Amino acid sequence: MNFAVLQFPASNCDQDAVHAVRVLGHSARLVWHKDNSLSNVDAVIVPGGFSYGDYLRCGAIARFSPVMQAVKQFADNGGLVIGICNGFQVLCEAHLLPGALIRNRSLQFRCEHVFLKTVTRDTPFTSQIPEGKLLHVPIAHGEGCYFADSNTLVQMKANCQILWQYCNAQGELTDDANPNGALEHIAGICNERRNVAGLMPHPERACEPLLGSKDGRLIFESLINARVQRPSALAA
Amino acid sequence: MKAKIIITPKKAVLDPQGKTVQSALEHMGYAGVAGVHVGKYVEIDLAPGTDRAAAQTALNEACHRFLSNPVIEDYKLEIE
Repeated sequence: MNFAVLQFPASNCDQDAVHAVRVLGHSARLVWHKDNSLSNVDAVIVPGGFSYGDYLRCGAIARFSPVMQAVKQFADNGGLVIGICNGFQVLCEAHLLPGALIRNRSLQFRCEHVFLKTVTRDTPFTSQIPEGKLLHVPIAHGEGCYFADSNTLVQMKANCQILWQYCNAQGELTDDANPNGALEHIAGICNERRNVAGLMPHPERACEPLLGSKDGRLIFESLINARVQRPSALAA
Repeated sequence: MKAKIIITPKKAVLDPQGKTVQSALEHMGYAGVAGVHVGKYVEIDLAPGTDRAAAQTALNEACHRFLSNPVIEDYKLEIE
């Protein structure tokens, strides 16, 4: 499977994403933000970092880059797209995902491991996560507090678009386990069509025992499985 | 001519910066502060001879598409 990993000025998790995909035995290549096309890819990773210096708002400028027009077209054709951290912010700004990410409630940049509860396994991003399994993955962000207006949230719940929630080690949604004040503890979501997802935590930094956790693999393995199971349905 | 744009968080959105500034003001002894909202100010210099009405329309669009995020922010545009 071929992954495209986007590279904006000040992306800084692009190489980590490429590494994670290769650890899983698949291929990944970097696509520069000025490129107009993705060429032959099976899935797109919009990586973490501080694209365009986070100027104006996180992801606001990256969203208008040439490569994002190609990503939009890829997603419109049913292609799989996952945004991680800043990538999640970019996808929200691009209206490929609902809502927005705002300043952490604590005003602190939070850099730590968190636990995630998977809310639905009925997506190409979560299908390989065992029922009841909590993911132990790192976060590193200052603006990861998910927000959507109440009508949007109702719609998202009706369509089962909430994929992951922050929880404690027992799987409980306590206030202490919410690192950024996100609405309903939301850590990651998908679009209505279920081919575009975003999350604040970094699964690519949790794919090897050396890094303290390999739970992040389950998300990439879900993507890989989806592409293998239904290649034509997800082709762009 | 200048365009002046003030962008503020929507009332329904958490504004931890505003809350923190408010409590700092209270600690400093400034009484009577009922709320603080921290936003952004963008000033755009318009080229001489720019048509005011056309600039208003174009900048409103730019505010909506790019300079503010309508999911979380409101904006006020003034041209002077």
